[in-house]
Amino acid sequence: MEAHAHHKETFINKYVFTTDHKMIAKQFLITGMIMGIIGVAMSLLFRLQLAWPDKEWPILEMLLGKWGTDGIMDPNIYLALVTIHGTIMVFFVLTAGLSGTFSNLLIPLQIGARDMASGFINMLSYWFFFVSSVIMVASLFVESGPAAAGWTIYPPLSALPQAVPGSGMGMTLWLVSMSLFIVSSLLGALNYIVTVLNLRTKGMSMTRLPLTIWAFFVTAILGVLSFPVLFSAALLLIFDRSFGTSFYLSDIMVAGEVLSNQGGSPILFQHLFWFLGHPEVYIILLPALGISSEVISTNARKPIFGYRAMVGSILAIAFLSFIVWGHHMFVTGMNPFLGSVFTFTTLLIAIPSAVKAFNYITTLWKGNLQMTPAMLFSIGLVSTFITGGLTGLVLGDSALDINVHDTYFVVAHFHIVMGLSAIFGLFAGVYHWFPKMYGRRMNKNLGYIHFWITFIAAYGVFFPMHFLGMAGLPRRYYTNTAFPMFDDLADINVLVSYFAIIGGIAQVVFIFNFFYSAVRGKKSVQNPWRANSLEWTTPVEHIHGNWPGEIPEVHRWPYDYSKPGAEEDFIPQTVPMTEDEIAEGH
Amino acid sequence: METLLIIVVALLAVIALTQAIRIFEISSKIKGTDNDIKVDDKDNNTQGWLMLLFLIFFFGAFAWMINEYMELTLPVSASEHGDHIDNLWNISMGVIILAFLVTQPLLFGFAYMFRGRKTRKASYMEHNNKLELFWTGIPAVVLAGLILYGLSTWTDIMFPEKTQEPIVVELYAKQFGWTARYAGDDNTLGYANVRLIGGSNILGVDSLDKFSSDDIITNELRLPKGRPVLFKFRSQDVIHSAYLPHFRVQMNCVPGTETQFQFTPSITTAEMRSKTETIDKVARVNSIRSAKGEDPWEFDYVLLCNKICGSAHYNMQMKVVVESEADFDKWLKEQQTYAEML
Repeated sequence: MEAHAHHKETFINKYVFTTDHKMIAKQFLITGMIMGIIGVAMSLLFRLQLAWPDKEWPILEMLLGKWGTDGIMDPNIYLALVTIHGTIMVFFVLTAGLSGTFSNLLIPLQIGARDMASGFINMLSYWFFFVSSVIMVASLFVESGPAAAGWTIYPPLSALPQAVPGSGMGMTLWLVSMSLFIVSSLLGALNYIVTVLNLRTKGMSMTRLPLTIWAFFVTAILGVLSFPVLFSAALLLIFDRSFGTSFYLSDIMVAGEVLSNQGGSPILFQHLFWFLGHPEVYIILLPALGISSEVISTNARKPIFGYRAMVGSILAIAFLSFIVWGHHMFVTGMNPFLGSVFTFTTLLIAIPSAVKAFNYITTLWKGNLQMTPAMLFSIGLVSTFITGGLTGLVLGDSALDINVHDTYFVVAHFHIVMGLSAIFGLFAGVYHWFPKMYGRRMNKNLGYIHFWITFIAAYGVFFPMHFLGMAGLPRRYYTNTAFPMFDDLADINVLVSYFAIIGGIAQVVFIFNFFYSAVRGKKSVQNPWRANSLEWTTPVEHIHGNWPGEIPEVHRWPYDYSKPGAEEDFIPQTVPMTEDEIAEGH
Repeated sequence: METLLIIVVALLAVIALTQAIRIFEISSKIKGTDNDIKVDDKDNNTQGWLMLLFLIFFFGAFAWMINEYMELTLPVSASEHGDHIDNLWNISMGVIILAFLVTQPLLFGFAYMFRGRKTRKASYMEHNNKLELFWTGIPAVVLAGLILYGLSTWTDIMFPEKTQEPIVVELYAKQFGWTARYAGDDNTLGYANVRLIGGSNILGVDSLDKFSSDDIITNELRLPKGRPVLFKFRSQDVIHSAYLPHFRVQMNCVPGTETQFQFTPSITTAEMRSKTETIDKVARVNSIRSAKGEDPWEFDYVLLCNKICGSAHYNMQMKVVVESEADFDKWLKEQQTYAEML
């Protein structure tokens, strides 16, 4: 250990301002988990409101104060809760918490590098994220309330404090926080790209990269190309809000006063927002798909089926994700011809997605499935990826989108395909690489309990929402009681809320298991899952530079599981090819 | 008191989990194994079976939901283009449900069939070009069909044939209500801008514009059955969305610009009220309402706001009535024109 310590290790530079990618990964994970707890807790609060709108909940008054007087939630704070819930889950948990954790942990370890290309930039990336998280949480405590214009913050609503109180100080903090978040994402993504391209160990050609790395790599490219566009959208919004410009504002009268703004277009913001917003879906989803590829192959004791097709479909999805953003805007009044184009490109995504789903299923075929908690979550991911992806065929079709746009059908769709799949990928990753992060094992039985309750509750929450949407129930309604035609949907909302509460409580099992195991868990062996990839050739105890001696050379792809002729059912990447194998041309 | 209770429950939960972990650990110590962390054949077996059970439960719940919840969804479309949307919807849903019913059993079925065993060896199968071509090709062909059908439906809806001159109606949105403006005898809306709003001129209509004098401003939306209606949408403050679920219509109202959508209502309010599915729906809703001591409800078409727009977004509505063309004409004649209003 001493040999690799370049400087004296103090508490500050080991745990706080660390440049070690493994520690930064843990920082991202823990921060993401804390944000996740806040985000999920918010969803439980608004689920209480949606299921029992007339009931007084003392807990609301306790938590929300003046916005929950007598236990009745204020309509504006309901909007704020859905806004911040969306923001936190999409960006802070599923982008930074997922990609930040596993890109940092796995890229150097799986490609055979001593650390990221720039440890310092990596450290900056985390601290920008940290400050951004602190500001976002701080925005919950401002006098006029947090941002309340939906997580998509469409102007003019987000630009005008007269229109909704959350568009005052709360929205300013939201924009500042997101700007810092974008800086963090860009710093991280640039580092990931450079590291993957330049620091691969000898023999680690691009076609020998584990699919996790392919997913992180393409995700980083998506981020670098799309986040700056969100940044510009946010910048123009800041100008409109604070400096009197009219990028998004025109002909507006609000609170009895005509504004001087003239000539802007609110739709411009939507184009800029969704140019990030749609790739963002895949920034969230691809890392989860990468993780599940690795976990499923390892635990099926079988090569991932169709490695090249898997890489190809990642690339195809990534490319298509840049030319489909208009499907979020079919009913904005944009040119119907554009709608046709976006319908066409959107439905095309179903093809690479179908390839991925079938390849996962085929990987299970004739496998020897080791049902670890990580494996269960990966199978769960494939299930939700299919269920949620299929309804995309409806929503991506402009003619059908007309009637279910912004209803609960959409809420069901994106929560299942993006929210659940990504969160299951995150859980799978944590269970699988926990021994790599903490040198200890998580408790298996608690993992099983966590999976089954979460899985059933998650479907219980989101599956019935399809029917709510088909009944025409709009999302972001504080209560559905203003329309008698929705009265007979009340029972579904109660059922959904029960499942949400059960699912929320189940996460306590995970959090407990995580922290208990990090401190008291059983020590792990070096390669607990008998896996092939390089991270399991490093010592259990973390050291700077990852490998005590030379970085190992790579001789084969990472998916030689149960290869005929081999003694064990796995052959690590560091094992040279036998003459027979070379003769076969692998 | 409640706070204390929550803290106590949380503490108890942590203690229970600690005890559970202890039990797992002690039992594995006694057995001399590490089965609190390591997956063995027994686990694979249990979890494999659970996968199968889940599949059965999942499909059972799916069937139950179809049976219980489908009747709660929107009734038959009350507009001509809505029938095309519903057709496309049914076909797409057919494809989706079929794919769902095929793939989920494969997934959970394989998870059950190939659950790990010490004696089992996985087969080494890297890829299979024929198989992969097959499941790239099938979705591609199905999608090509869906895309073509979808695009032709979309084009039909967005570029309706000019069979009859449509009635022009403006829907005006502001926090948190709707106003309608009929174009009147000249069937052309007078110019309007937020800067002209003042006094009783709530829509900012330009009284000097020659097209404005016969405009008719109402708080209720009445539509004639069988006549195409061209809607022009405006907003005064933030983005709203005019959502008419029964007619399969939705279009955003964007400040600073005008959007439009044309459709033809095909079922009058009276006809819709007499349909069995509506009678059932009303009975269902009213039994819930009477239990809560609320007034009974009579079915009406409704216009909702479907784009987040502020605190009363959830209650931004307008009654919509579809009637025969004769009744509609009579009603419109009775309304004050803009010139009369001034």
